[in-house]
Amino acid sequence: MIAAVDAPETEPARAFGADVLHLDTGKTIDELAGAIARIVARDLRRRGVVVGMSGGIDSSVVAALCARALGPERVLGLLMPEQETTDDSVHLAGLVAGRLGIPTEVVNIGPALAALGCYRARDEAIRWVFPEYGEGWRCKIVLPPLTGEQRFNVFRLVVQAPDGTTRQAPLPLDAYLQVVAASNMKQRTRKLTEYYHAERRNFAVAGTPNRLEYDQGFFVKYGDGAADLKPIAHLYKTQVYALAEALEIPEEVRQRPPTTETYSLPQTQEEFYFALPYHQMDLCLWAHNHGVPAAEAAPVVGLAPAQVQLVYRDIEAKRRTTRFLHMTPILIASVPEIAVTSAGHADSTGK
Amino acid sequence: MAQPGTNGHNGTNGHASANSLEEVIRALLVENFLVAIGGADLADDDSLIEQGIIDSTGVLELVMLLEETFDIRVQDADVLPENLDSVNNLVAYVQRKLQVAR
Repeated sequence: MIAAVDAPETEPARAFGADVLHLDTGKTIDELAGAIARIVARDLRRRGVVVGMSGGIDSSVVAALCARALGPERVLGLLMPEQETTDDSVHLAGLVAGRLGIPTEVVNIGPALAALGCYRARDEAIRWVFPEYGEGWRCKIVLPPLTGEQRFNVFRLVVQAPDGTTRQAPLPLDAYLQVVAASNMKQRTRKLTEYYHAERRNFAVAGTPNRLEYDQGFFVKYGDGAADLKPIAHLYKTQVYALAEALEIPEEVRQRPPTTETYSLPQTQEEFYFALPYHQMDLCLWAHNHGVPAAEAAPVVGLAPAQVQLVYRDIEAKRRTTRFLHMTPILIASVPEIAVTSAGHADSTGK
Repeated sequence: MAQPGTNGHNGTNGHASANSLEEVIRALLVENFLVAIGGADLADDDSLIEQGIIDSTGVLELVMLLEETFDIRVQDADVLPENLDSVNNLVAYVQRKLQVAR
């Protein structure tokens, strides 16, 4: 098997502990590299892979695995900063690519986004809530933290004035929709750029979601959600970190907290989308997938049983509401001659 | 605060009595969330979130509809499942807000 995470119905009952996410990293790396090579050569019939590299852990691991699978010369790392990208991001991505020996290109998508009206549309929506928002201000959207009580996943807008003071407000519907739709242009523009560079080399495009992101719909439809292959979508983020260490991804990258690199204020994934830090989310997700009762999971995760129960409900709620992001175009009547092989997975033994 | 153009939502005039209030709220849900909620399909205490009738975007829509329909102000602190997540909860919440408004 590719990883130590099996489908619930095939795995015998086991005590739930922190070690459930443990991986044999050496073996996993070999299996993943083998699978990538077979997928690119046989299923996709392409000559290499383009990886959008953000300087984050997921894209770094995907790039490293592709380099291992195909040889560094058959991987292209694309660095795509825009107006609100941190300098860190380009620096770290370049560092990783350098260590891996893969070629890179830096494409500043800021001018394209400005021409598309991305920043203007987003800022206009913010001004419906904070009319004073303008030049020199920064923003992000956040979810309220997980408390013991039930809450709705309703975003709040946080803005920071040039003098550093911040203020918060709930987002009314239209402002929310426009802020998200405008911000989503960033991911879609990056994917557009990846496909240009891939197609001109006859390469495939890799996606970099980890299991938590994939499962919970934390991606933009036809943005970072688009790809020809997604080598780590079945791996819990904790496992991705373990692979990163085994792949000798630079420590700076491994230590950096997961960010979204979408808004001008630093925004952790936790405050934006997930209720908890990723390690706790991973354990809750694993436990939920394996039918572990909340009371049994709670001490391992370090939460009260009622909170774990809320996380389980939240996991299901997010799956329900983001099913739309995974859907391929819906036909009204089937075209049976074209069977849409919507991914599934390649058998790692190459059958 | 400048508002964008119409969202094409339907509202109705508010009513104060519980029975008609429930009818108004059910009509709001049916008309705006594109789900056929017949009398038998949605129980008064069914969770709208769990029935898949609203998601987090839907919560924002619901808040807007309540404010427009009943001319009330939904406070940020009121945006909780216990106020909004079922027909019963909505009826009780709107009644409370309308009584306070008098």
